[in-house]
Amino acid sequence: MIGIIDYDAGNIRNLQNSLNKLKLKNKVVSNFNQFSEVDKLILPGVGAFGAMMNYLKQVEMVKPIQEWIADSKPFLGICLGYQALFENSEEAEGIQGLNVLSGSVRRFTLGKVPQIGWNTTQRVKPSEVFSNEFYYFVHSYYPDPDEQEIIAVTTNYYIDFASGIEINNIVATQFHPERSGEKGLAFLKRWS
Amino acid sequence: MVIILVKRIIPCLDVKDGKVVKGVNFEKLKDVGDPVSLGVMYNDQDADELVFLDITATNDKRQTVVDLVKRIAEQVFIPFTIGGGLQTIDDIKAVLRSGADKVSLNTAAVQNPRLVRHAAQKFGSQCIVIAIDVKYNGYSWEVYTHSGTKNTGLDALEWAKQVVELGAGELLVTSIDRDGTKSGFDIELYKAIGSVVNVPIIASGGAGSLKSILEILSVESVDAALAASIFHYSEYSVADIKRYLQDEGVDMRK
Repeated sequence: MIGIIDYDAGNIRNLQNSLNKLKLKNKVVSNFNQFSEVDKLILPGVGAFGAMMNYLKQVEMVKPIQEWIADSKPFLGICLGYQALFENSEEAEGIQGLNVLSGSVRRFTLGKVPQIGWNTTQRVKPSEVFSNEFYYFVHSYYPDPDEQEIIAVTTNYYIDFASGIEINNIVATQFHPERSGEKGLAFLKRWS
Repeated sequence: MVIILVKRIIPCLDVKDGKVVKGVNFEKLKDVGDPVSLGVMYNDQDADELVFLDITATNDKRQTVVDLVKRIAEQVFIPFTIGGGLQTIDDIKAVLRSGADKVSLNTAAVQNPRLVRHAAQKFGSQCIVIAIDVKYNGYSWEVYTHSGTKNTGLDALEWAKQVVELGAGELLVTSIDRDGTKSGFDIELYKAIGSVVNVPIIASGGAGSLKSILEILSVESVDAALAASIFHYSEYSVADIKRYLQDEGVDMRK
């Protein structure tokens, strides 16, 4: 059973529809007590870093998420849900992220902002989940991990940035697999 | 060579009372007027995004649109934008929470610019597309609202700058002069807008031949081409267009 964390701003319907299409059992999780009802967790992401972190603090989900990850349980972060794993973001000064991975989230300084559209991922290490493929991106900020080894794929948007990471039980993507057509669905299937 | 961000082909469907207007004549489809079936078809043809414009005349149509969006979201897994008559934060919220990725605001943005700022702050700039319809008056482009019938007197370039400052994440710019004519896009218009804003620009109005699409996507500041008539009346499919563009050296998503 996959749990989708609903933090009130995110559009989780598309993710639900994607998992349903793949016939993967899923449920919406809106408080940390429900974590025990699922064995995989997805933190989706649409909106803003500050608003999301404030909400997660408000509903006391920060520690439960950190503990889930520390317990080596499967976790997928998408877009903002990937950015949240880091220490902080240029989008929200003074606000701490989940601090599970070291590094910061930075704003694009070159090209049009946001990056909107289809771009490709390039694998930089072996992975059973990530592949070289077109996915849909829509973001103004990108994570900048301190540890290069966790980076699974990079994408070029005037600079090469870490578009996907994979370390033990944590997988996270800057792209939206639930909006990336057939290839996106295939990614979700491989992760599950 | 590593492929980077590619340009997008975006079919546009006009929907009235839940049915596609001027739907594509495909024999395989049981219901050529069903937005969901057509959406799935374009999705299968590798369309990069979809735009559904609701042209239903009635004021109280939010529920119809919401129901339509939910049905589309169950079957279409590429990004889609909903536009047509959205006027309030509640309208936008209802559409986004039903599964749409972006909303397009046109007349409402001109009538109430603060709506743009408010919506961008609440939902994020990336969800807010501002549609700008323009006509050339001989020396500049003027902004029209109300489905291209009312001249606002606003200068298109000034308005574009203003909405981006308010938080628009993307612009959908339509040349009313070219729309439906299949005579090619207004290239100068997009070069001009591209020189004053730094957000993605979708060109609309004039797609007729494969060459016209190549021409518009060769403009550096244009990021996507929106088309309706070319799919409705000619034999070109999205796949045909992408194959042609790829052959001409414009990378497309495969």
